[in-house]
Amino acid sequence: MAASTEQVVSKCIDGYGSAIGMPQLCGDWMANQVFWLVVTLIVIFLILSRVALPRIAEVLADRQSTITNYLAASEELKSKAEEAERHYTKALNDARSEASRLLDASKAEMKKELQSAISKADAEISVKVNESEASIAEIRKNALSSVEKVAKDTAKEIVLALGAKADAKTISTAVSSKIKG
Amino acid sequence: MADTAQPSEKSDGLVFHPMDQFIVEPLFGSGPIHWYTVTNVTLWMGLSVVALVLLMLVGTSKRALVPGRAQSVGELAYGFVHKMVEDVAGRDAVPYFPYIMTLFMFIVLSNFLGLLPMSFTTTSHIAVTAVMAIGVFLAVTVIGFVKNGVGFFSLFWISSAPLALRPALALIEIISYFVRPVSHSIRLAGNMMAGHAVIKVFAAFAGVALISPLSVVAITAMYALEILVSFIQAYVFAILTCVYLKDALHPHH
Repeated sequence: MAASTEQVVSKCIDGYGSAIGMPQLCGDWMANQVFWLVVTLIVIFLILSRVALPRIAEVLADRQSTITNYLAASEELKSKAEEAERHYTKALNDARSEASRLLDASKAEMKKELQSAISKADAEISVKVNESEASIAEIRKNALSSVEKVAKDTAKEIVLALGAKADAKTISTAVSSKIKG
Repeated sequence: MADTAQPSEKSDGLVFHPMDQFIVEPLFGSGPIHWYTVTNVTLWMGLSVVALVLLMLVGTSKRALVPGRAQSVGELAYGFVHKMVEDVAGRDAVPYFPYIMTLFMFIVLSNFLGLLPMSFTTTSHIAVTAVMAIGVFLAVTVIGFVKNGVGFFSLFWISSAPLALRPALALIEIISYFVRPVSHSIRLAGNMMAGHAVIKVFAAFAGVALISPLSVVAITAMYALEILVSFIQAYVFAILTCVYLKDALHPHH
């Protein structure tokens, strides 16, 4: 806008470079605008229709198909995972029931063994008790007779020591009656 | 934009030149403007083509499965316009999608480039929008007659209305049909021109110290509104094109 020194550049611009009225209505410029607009629109149309739009449509279609594929794949993986989980749960339950069964079986077996061991031990104990009782009774009987014999011998020796003569039969009878008495 | 170059005798007090930003000037020299002259119109339309190439060609050149930022925006624009054509004009309008995409991308890119400071807004000129609107009008009319033959006149002959009313309705329909390119083009150019002119007026007020804070706030608010308008007007232009196309493909009400 170096037109400030000129009087009137055109009928749309005054001597100071300012617009006269609306520049939009200046007929002198319209042909220029229309020409360049048409050129611009043709260029834009060619760029869009030849390259840009097919490319974007292709990218969008690719993306759509990729998403569809991924969705299908993920669906498949999900069903696989669910099946694996089902298997796992089933195996876990089986193992649990097996374990409890084994536990019960071993418990019963141990109980039985314990029972038999206890009864065997009981039987052994009672046998031992009987034996012991018998031997105790025998010992007691032996002890009694030993006591009698010792008493007779002691009595005989005492009588001898006192200087009396006593025949063995009399002493024995006397000791026996004393012990009983 | 030439306020600094103003001679001193014009700089006294407030200087309003809100329309100077719309002046078409040659890029090289200062001769008369012929139809082929390389002007600021050429520059800013060329920049819109550059922006388009960056967004739709360079941005999508990687064809990434997971798009980056530029490719996302390009795909967004594609999806947005494609869905609009399909929803508004119907499936059989999809072959015309590249043409509507061309209009939409040109308008939206020009509008946003026009928001740059010191820029030239090509879509604020009625000559530009009128060419596009008349192009749409002629194309839609030709498509209507090619696809439907004489049946295209049923667009104006509303068979669901009472017979006595139909001639009057037909007159109204025909008038509204021919007014379409006018409203179609002036809506866009008017919106762009008005917003930019208002910003320029507020900018002139910013020269007065007392009201300059208010003026800056107002410029900011108008700028935000203009960002909205830039997109909405491109959208409106494209969706009206789709509506007209739907009328051409399915003229029966």
